Amino acid sequence: MFAAPGIALLATFVLLPMLLALWVSVLDWDGTYSPLSGKAPVVGLDNYAALLTEDGLARRDFALSVRNTFYFVAISVPVQTLLALGLAMVVHNRTLRGRGFFRAAFYFPSVTSAVAISVVFLFLFSGSGAINAVLGFFGIDGPTWFADPRGVLHELFGALGLVDPAAPPEWLSGTRLWGLTLWEWLSGPSVAMAAVTLLMIWTTSGNFMLIFLAALQNLPEDVLEAADVDGTTRWQRFTKVTVPMLMPTVFLVLTMGLIGSWQVFDQIYVMGQGNPAKTTLTPAFLSYQRSFAEGSYGLGAAIAFLLFAIIVVLTWAQRRLLRDGRTS
Amino acid sequence: MKRAFGYAVLLLGAVCYLGPFVIQLVTTFKTDADAVANPLSLVPDPATTASYERVATDPAVEVPRWLANSVLVTLCVTFGRLLVDAMAGYALARLRWPGRKLVFSGVLALAAVPAVVLLIPKFLLLRQFSMYNSYLGMILPLITDAIGIFLLKQAFEQIPREVEEAARIDGAGVVRTWWNVVLPMVRPALATLAVLAFQNSWNEFAHFLVSTSDSQYETLTLGLARLVSGALGEGQQLPLKLTIALVSTIPVAVVFLVAQRHFIRNQLGGAVKG
Repeated sequence: MFAAPGIALLATFVLLPMLLALWVSVLDWDGTYSPLSGKAPVVGLDNYAALLTEDGLARRDFALSVRNTFYFVAISVPVQTLLALGLAMVVHNRTLRGRGFFRAAFYFPSVTSAVAISVVFLFLFSGSGAINAVLGFFGIDGPTWFADPRGVLHELFGALGLVDPAAPPEWLSGTRLWGLTLWEWLSGPSVAMAAVTLLMIWTTSGNFMLIFLAALQNLPEDVLEAADVDGTTRWQRFTKVTVPMLMPTVFLVLTMGLIGSWQVFDQIYVMGQGNPAKTTLTPAFLSYQRSFAEGSYGLGAAIAFLLFAIIVVLTWAQRRLLRDGRTS
Repeated sequence: MKRAFGYAVLLLGAVCYLGPFVIQLVTTFKTDADAVANPLSLVPDPATTASYERVATDPAVEVPRWLANSVLVTLCVTFGRLLVDAMAGYALARLRWPGRKLVFSGVLALAAVPAVVLLIPKFLLLRQFSMYNSYLGMILPLITDAIGIFLLKQAFEQIPREVEEAARIDGAGVVRTWWNVVLPMVRPALATLAVLAFQNSWNEFAHFLVSTSDSQYETLTLGLARLVSGALGEGQQLPLKLTIALVSTIPVAVVFLVAQRHFIRNQLGGAVKG
C-alpha cells in the first residue's frame, strides 16, 4: 500500500501519457475534441511518413531541427566534458587556496533556471551587448549573434577559399538528402546557435565538474602514489593513470550530456523560438510548435517519439563505440 | 611565478562563470538607455530603482502573482515528492509484496524517459482528465519522480533491519515504524531530495507551458519567458527583464549557499549510480 501513490503517479503521468500520445501520433487530430472520441480520422503512419519520407515542409523543418541539434550536441558535449574534467582537476588540487570559492563559482550557473540565464545571455549577446563590447577591446567587430543565421562552417569554408558561401557548387547545392541539400547539411551551427551552445557549455560544465570531482575523490590513493614513486611527470600521471581510471565517469558524463543536449527546449523558447531562419529550431521545440501553435498534435506527438528514438539510438551507439574503444 | 599565473587563469575562469550575474545585478539599477549604451559598465549612471518599483507594482508585469504561483507550486511539489518518494522507496526497499521486483524495474525504465518527450503526452492527458489550467495539473505530474524513489530506496536499504525489528517488538505498526523510526534515520537523503525537488520545481518551465494557458497560473519562469519572447518587444526594457530574472534566481542562490553540501551530495549519488 505504501508504494501505491508513487507508482500510481508514475503510471498516470508517464505511462498513460505515452500510450495516449502514441495513439494521437497515428491520428489527424487538431485538438478540439477528445482524441478518444473516435471523431479524429486514423491516419496510421502518415504523420511519421510526413516527417521521414514525404517531401514537404514537415520533413524539411524536422530535418533542419535534427541538423541544428546535431551540431549543437557535437560541439557542446565534448567541450563541456573536457572543461568539466579540467575544472575538476584544478579544484581537486589540495594545495589550491580558495578551493571552496572556485568550486562554488563554477557550479553556481548550473543551479539557476534556464529561463533566467537565457534572458541574461540574450542581453550579453545582443548586438550592442557586453560580449561585443569585450570583443571590441580586441578590435573585433562582433556579429549580431541571435539575429545571425549564417552557418559557422559555411563561413569557414568561405574564409579558407574552399567554397564561396554565396554560390556553392552544383554538386553541393543540387544533391538532396532527406529534404535538405548537402550544402545545407554542411552549414555547421549558425552564429545564433553557437551562442546557445556557449550557454549550454557554461551552465552544464559546473554540474559535470562535481561528478568528476566525486570520482577523483574516490580514486585509490596508493595507485597514484605508486605512479609518483615510479618517477612519472604530472602530465604522464594524468593521461596514463588518472584518465583511464576515470573512464567510467567520462562515459557517464558523455551519456548524460548527450541525453540532456538533445532535449534542449527552455533556452530555445526564450532565445530565438527557432529563429533566425530556423537555425535554432530543435526537435523538442518543433514538437511544441507544431502542436500548440499550429494544432497539428499528431505531428507534434510523432516528433516527440522520433526524438525519443534518436536519443535511445545515439545513447546505444555511444555505448558500443566507447566500449569497443576501451577494450582495444 | 608559475603559481601566480595559474591563479590568474583561475580567477579569469571565475570571472567568466560569475561575471554574467554581476553584470545582471548592476544592470537592474540602470536606466533603459544606459543599459543599451554601456552594457559593460559596472557603475549605473544614473542609478535608479525604477525596475524594482515596476516589478513590485506595475500591473502589466504581474511579478507578485508569478512569485506566489512559483512558491505555491514549489512547496507542494517538494513536500509531495518527499512524502510519495519516501513511501514508495520504503515499500520497495523493505516491505514484502508480490510484484515488487517487477514494479522496481518498471520505475527504473520510466526514469529513463526523457522529460521533453513527455511534454505533448502530458498535455494530452491533462486535457483528457480536465486538469488543464489547474494547480493540480501543474503540481501532480511534477511530484512524479522515479529518480527520487530510487534514491530513497537506496537510503532505506542502508538501515540495519534490527532497528525496525526492535520497533516492531515494542508494538509499533508499519506506519509508526516508518514515520517515527525509519524516516528520521534517512534525514540526510531526505534533505538532499528536498533540495533537488526545490531546484527542479522552482526552475521548471516546459511543464507549466503545456499545462496552462491562463495567465492566472503563470509562474516566474513562465511569465518571464512570455515577456521576453514577445509581450514587451525585443531589445526593450532590458533592466526590467533582468530584474525579474534576478528575482527568480535569488531563491535558488540562497538555497545553494545554505545547502551547498546537499547539492554536491546529489552529484556523488549520481556518480555512484553510473
